[in-house]
Amino acid sequence: MSEEKKVIVELDENPEYIINMGPQHPSTHGVLRFEVSLQGETVKYLIPHCGYIHRGIEKMCESLTYPQIIHLTDRLDYLSAHMNNEAVSLCVEKALDIEVPERVKYIRSILSELNRIASHQLWWCAFGMDLGGLTCFFYGLRDREKILDIFEESCGSRLLHSFVVPGGLMHDVHPNFKQSIRDFIKYFRKKLPEYDTLLTGNVIFQNRTRDLGIMSKETAISYGITGPSARASGFACDIRKVEPYSAYPYIDFKEILYTEGDTFHRYKARMDEMWESMVILEKLLDKMPDGNDYTAKMKPVIKLPEGEYFQRVETARGELGVYIVSDGNKTPYRLKLRTPNFSNLFVMNKLTAGYKIADLVAISGSLDLVIPDIDR
Amino acid sequence: MKSIFDYIAGIFKGVWSLLKGMTITGKYFIRLDKIVTQKYPENRKKLKMYDRFKGELIMPHDVNNFHKCNGCGICEMNCPNGSIEVISDKIITSEGKSKRIIGTHIYHLSMCTFCGLCVKSCPSNALAFSQEFEHAVFDRNKLTKVLNNPGSSLVKDLAE
Amino acid sequence: MGYQKYDLAPLTHSIDQYLYSHLSSTWAFLAEMTLIGVVFLIFYAVIGLYLVLAERKVCAFMQNRIGPNRVGWYGVLQTIADLFKLLLKELITIRKADKLLFNIAPFIVIIASFLGIAAIPFAMGLHAIDFNIGIFYIMAVSSVGVVGILIAGWSSNNKYSLIGAMRSGAQIVSYELSVGLSLLVIVIYSGTLQLSTLVESQADGWWIIKGHIPAILAFFVFVTAGTAETNRGPFDLAEAESELTAGFHTEYSGIKFAFFFLAEYMNMFLVASVAATVFLGGWMPLHIPGLEGFNNAMDFIPPIVWYFGKTAFVIFLMMWIKWTFPRLRIDQLLNLEWKYLLPINLVNIVVVALIVLMGWYIK
Repeated sequence: MSEEKKVIVELDENPEYIINMGPQHPSTHGVLRFEVSLQGETVKYLIPHCGYIHRGIEKMCESLTYPQIIHLTDRLDYLSAHMNNEAVSLCVEKALDIEVPERVKYIRSILSELNRIASHQLWWCAFGMDLGGLTCFFYGLRDREKILDIFEESCGSRLLHSFVVPGGLMHDVHPNFKQSIRDFIKYFRKKLPEYDTLLTGNVIFQNRTRDLGIMSKETAISYGITGPSARASGFACDIRKVEPYSAYPYIDFKEILYTEGDTFHRYKARMDEMWESMVILEKLLDKMPDGNDYTAKMKPVIKLPEGEYFQRVETARGELGVYIVSDGNKTPYRLKLRTPNFSNLFVMNKLTAGYKIADLVAISGSLDLVIPDIDR
Repeated sequence: MKSIFDYIAGIFKGVWSLLKGMTITGKYFIRLDKIVTQKYPENRKKLKMYDRFKGELIMPHDVNNFHKCNGCGICEMNCPNGSIEVISDKIITSEGKSKRIIGTHIYHLSMCTFCGLCVKSCPSNALAFSQEFEHAVFDRNKLTKVLNNPGSSLVKDLAE
Repeated sequence: MGYQKYDLAPLTHSIDQYLYSHLSSTWAFLAEMTLIGVVFLIFYAVIGLYLVLAERKVCAFMQNRIGPNRVGWYGVLQTIADLFKLLLKELITIRKADKLLFNIAPFIVIIASFLGIAAIPFAMGLHAIDFNIGIFYIMAVSSVGVVGILIAGWSSNNKYSLIGAMRSGAQIVSYELSVGLSLLVIVIYSGTLQLSTLVESQADGWWIIKGHIPAILAFFVFVTAGTAETNRGPFDLAEAESELTAGFHTEYSGIKFAFFFLAEYMNMFLVASVAATVFLGGWMPLHIPGLEGFNNAMDFIPPIVWYFGKTAFVIFLMMWIKWTFPRLRIDQLLNLEWKYLLPINLVNIVVVALIVLMGWYIK
């Protein structure tokens, strides 16, 4: 009797309404778990729990040679696989002090931009679906298929390309490469305004996203947010501009910057990046040299000289840093990956507190989290 | 007065944006020729993958059952996840020298991540990717394949 | 009028007379009730199943897909197969659920939608009950469903379900108002609550045409509020897939889930039927006063075709809305009702009262 009473008292003293969003939940896009404390429908605080898809990629890399590491980096942020591959390759090339042929640089950048568009398209699908607009999902996937076809034609795979190797590329691109990209740009220039009509202009969408989850520039910098999410807050952090790599120094392009930092402008930054990526693609295609050299001269076994090397690239979600410590062997002594999503995730608590549970979904969608990239 | 005007203008703007969205879905509802999905098993005959599609590792054999693999094991060494096992044999050639040839080239499809390093690193271009993509089987043992055909041998001009 | 040649009243009366002449009055009454019940049950199941298929096909075409195409010709048997699957699935009992309420909830929801259908005039003379307060009755019984949803959410003992149920409660309580007030517009025009007389009053033109601007406004308000009342997108907050997994029916499986699913589609059918009957003339063919030939040609099409055609149109409109728009947030949902639909409705009713008083509508 007395024990029963005690239980009731304890329940009354602890009026928190905690729900677990995830690891299996439609809007976390993977095995991420949010512990959300609610007051009615309002989020009081949120604790992200990650590690459900930890595969120990960094540790695995210590027992693999440098060309073999590439295929593991595909599986970090699988939506920007090409950029991940490029990051490791650039780091190895930097360590070996190898200059890759100019044509390779162009191809790498072209594929990066294509991959960025594909990634943003999928993000658009998922964001629309998070907000309940299910049709967006299919339109985005329909157009993404065209990019995947280009990748399949040249790289042989659609999602996890493993196309970049230290010193160059796996093999030369398809002869049809330039033409198929130009066709895609022509096609997508017509489809992208449809996205705006369907979702961006929609009054429900605007009300759902405007002035929501405002992230100031200071917050963005102190939490280490990178990528379009940070650029929507006015933090100019585009590695393509700050520390140009591959073919980005050769061309001139615009960095998408907004100062508002709300969910709508994080959305807008990504939409504008798709437009800008198409401009970059056209410029790169125009300048891309002809020829068929696709790799620099490399030794069959790559051994990095003893030392520490760091290289960062701009993936679709932000800054990916690769830090290699080599002891002179053919495998790295330690490989650290600074993945963008890991930093982007932990701002969730700050952004969502005080908003509704439906806003939580919108904000997490606007940060564009890819869970395998968080857990590695 | 201005607030009432804004209120009414807001309604009209909102409804207009919704109607514009509806034209997009309405347009595709009518345009059945824009359907992008395919009926998969029915179109199997027409379905053609790109030449470079990495479906499954194979060792091409010519009409006389010759392949190019000399059993060096570089592919096994380069494979990041141990999906290739090369078991080589020794034979005595006609000149009386002992020579290494391929015994069985085992490929574990279940472990393969299709990175393509084996094909790239093969010094004698003995390996290739086929465009086969229907890998589903009922027994996982069937995913372990022997790539060299029984009775096949190294192609003549390379052996000499 | 030409449409009277399709009057089904003689047929129903002859069945009635046949039963009463062969059985004692008690048994005849029971037999008649059973007959009506069975007919409605079959009708309910068939309509429910094929609405699911229709929705899947419509959304597929909007999304550049083919949609279900495996079971039967163009997938016509798909939902039948789904029904068998759901019948065969395990009914999971939740250990900490309130067993009685948990099991009762789907029945409350499905009975509520079932009751509503009884008062709909499907064709001339094809009418289960012709109340003199038909509209009032439909509004009353259709809002019973929310009790089932609340019970389902509460008894599941699941936090997501509870949030979903509470959202649904808030939603239906507010949108009931708009539904009632928008129907009131036509009630003021026609001066009747009886659905059969309401349909008859549209013999010289549908109310949406005769009642011009206020009626068109009321029609759109009704469709919006009706969509909200049936918990359909973009107002599907009660189940809000991306937020609450499946909302109030998260814990239900098998045929109990199917009941919720079926009830949702039948509620949609009910709302569409009411919209078609009240605003678009129900089974009444399209008549334009003065054009005799045109009217006769229209009369040639049986009323039941007119009725289903109009209902299908409204259902398509609701599907079109669902598959285009993102979902609203709970506070925006209530804002839409209390700050937009309700004031519009109230002004509309005052305007209609004035119009009727002055006779400024097409008589």
